[in-house]
Amino acid sequence: MHQTKIEVRDFNFFYGDQRALKDIELDIYNNKVLGIIGPSGCGKSTFLRSINRMNDTIAGARVNGTMLIDGQNIFSEKMDVVELRRKVGMVFQKSNPFPKSIFDNVAYGLRVNGRKDKAYIEHKVEESLKDAALWEEVEDRLSVSAFDLSGGQQQRLCIARALAIEPEVLLMDEPASALDPTATAKVEELIQELKKKYTIVIVTHNMQQAARISDYTAFFMLGELIEYNETQKIFTNPEKKITEEYITGRFG
Amino acid sequence: MKIKENLIHGLFMFNALLVVLVLIGIFALLVNTSIPAFREIDIKEFLFKAAWNPTSYVKETYGIGSMLVSSVMVTAGALLFAVPIGIGTAAYLSDVASPGVREMVKPIIEILAGIPSVVIGFLGIVFVGPIISRTFGLPNGLNAVNGSILLGVMALPTIISLSEDALSSVSKTYSDASLALGASRWQTVIRVKLPAALSGVIAACMLGMGRVIGETMIVLMATGCAPAMPKNFLDSVRTMTSTIAIELGEVPYYTTHYYALFAVGLVLFIITFCINMASDMVLHKYQGKRG
Ligand SMILES: Nc1ncnc2c1ncn2[C@@H]1O[C@H](COP(=O)(O)OP(=O)(O)OP(=O)(O)O)[C@@H](O)[C@H]1O
Ligand SMILES: [Mg+2]
Repeated sequence: MHQTKIEVRDFNFFYGDQRALKDIELDIYNNKVLGIIGPSGCGKSTFLRSINRMNDTIAGARVNGTMLIDGQNIFSEKMDVVELRRKVGMVFQKSNPFPKSIFDNVAYGLRVNGRKDKAYIEHKVEESLKDAALWEEVEDRLSVSAFDLSGGQQQRLCIARALAIEPEVLLMDEPASALDPTATAKVEELIQELKKKYTIVIVTHNMQQAARISDYTAFFMLGELIEYNETQKIFTNPEKKITEEYITGRFG
Repeated sequence: MKIKENLIHGLFMFNALLVVLVLIGIFALLVNTSIPAFREIDIKEFLFKAAWNPTSYVKETYGIGSMLVSSVMVTAGALLFAVPIGIGTAAYLSDVASPGVREMVKPIIEILAGIPSVVIGFLGIVFVGPIISRTFGLPNGLNAVNGSILLGVMALPTIISLSEDALSSVSKTYSDASLALGASRWQTVIRVKLPAALSGVIAACMLGMGRVIGETMIVLMATGCAPAMPKNFLDSVRTMTSTIAIELGEVPYYTTHYYALFAVGLVLFIITFCINMASDMVLHKYQGKRG
């Protein structure tokens, strides 16, 4: 069997009184792509943002149950959030480069993590941009504002920025939802490349996309994990009727 | 509906025009009242000579040099500590402080903003002054440092609350991105939010500076007001504002001295105007680059 990277048991998430995730149990495997699908508002983003504790800033939010990464409890007092986030990178639904140059965007994570060595930073920026399949398009204009890039390029820049600090897990919340088909294809191709090095969790509303890129698929509904299995199983022979209805689009 | 809209539109248009008219009116009045001064005073002497001695029995001199230097000194001194402290506090309040601390500190800052400057000046005499005189072994503590400290305190609420507004209006997507890359909250606010809010923060500091350079009561009370060229920050200084305040009440109308005081006011007006223009230009240049 595969090696477990993140282990989720009896995990619940509350926004105040509202229980947004209910008794979630699943394993996320090393160097695999986990696709998360489900109707809007079912808690996909909440689940994703729990893994790197981005929900910490929300007033009144709380969790119970366990979520372990490499056997360590993500929500324990001893967990250093900054360390955790270096290990678990994130790419957001809407591309959100900083109002800085292309170079500075990618170098940001290195700099805040105390890297001062110029040569190393330059090398790492180049490598990350190459990994994000953006290098050729920007190599001769690294100092221009990131806002001068197209939407698809900006999203790949955000991926490069996340890769620069060498995370072990990459969380992606609908990374291609605002992109055109060509840019989407590029990002998908990229994910196939990236899973050689990273463990990837990706939220998507696009069933074909989930089927194409993920090794495992989790189907959420109303805060519950309805079904979780190998992608192939889920898409060809789901155990639950409601899963089938959802993925075939016959869903209310 | 249409009529109502037009009416409202007209009303605000009128307001805007009125503001412009008032501004032009003040400027015209100052210019008009200043001109007679230069029938007797050489304009170069006025601007560049240090000595201001309009009541001398021997030879009256009207040089604003020492006043200009004094004003610049106390303003620079005030900003020197009010800007970093103000921005730091704003950054702390907007991103680092717990909600409890924030809710407690913000009203305190608003109260500070509401303290009349005469009360702050009082503080300079009974509190800051003695500390300065003891620390530096001076006969009294009424000097440029004292004025700078008090003016800085006066400018702080403006700088803090406006900078904080600017920081809070930065899109959450930036801070999310930064935090997700393993940056601390301090790093996030300093490295990402501050540059993104730079225009607003500069405007806040400029506004603070405008308040400081035009402030009269505090410098009148706390700086000793000796009409001489200051040599360092421990010297007593007399700014343009305090000179006008001290002398305008006693000067006989329509004398050269009277007109000269208006000319000082004109210089002050032009300086403030230039500060505002400059801040505006910085603001637009920056926004142009971003957009
Ligand atoms: N900051 C918040 N405060 C309170 N409730 C929230 C907050 N964020 C999300 N929720 C609620 O939690 C539930 C799950 O939201 P979540 O964003 O995780 O859904 P999602 O599956 O990502 O939806 P979508 O596909 O539309 O992005 C929703 O009912 C939502 O209203
Ligand atoms: Mg979502």
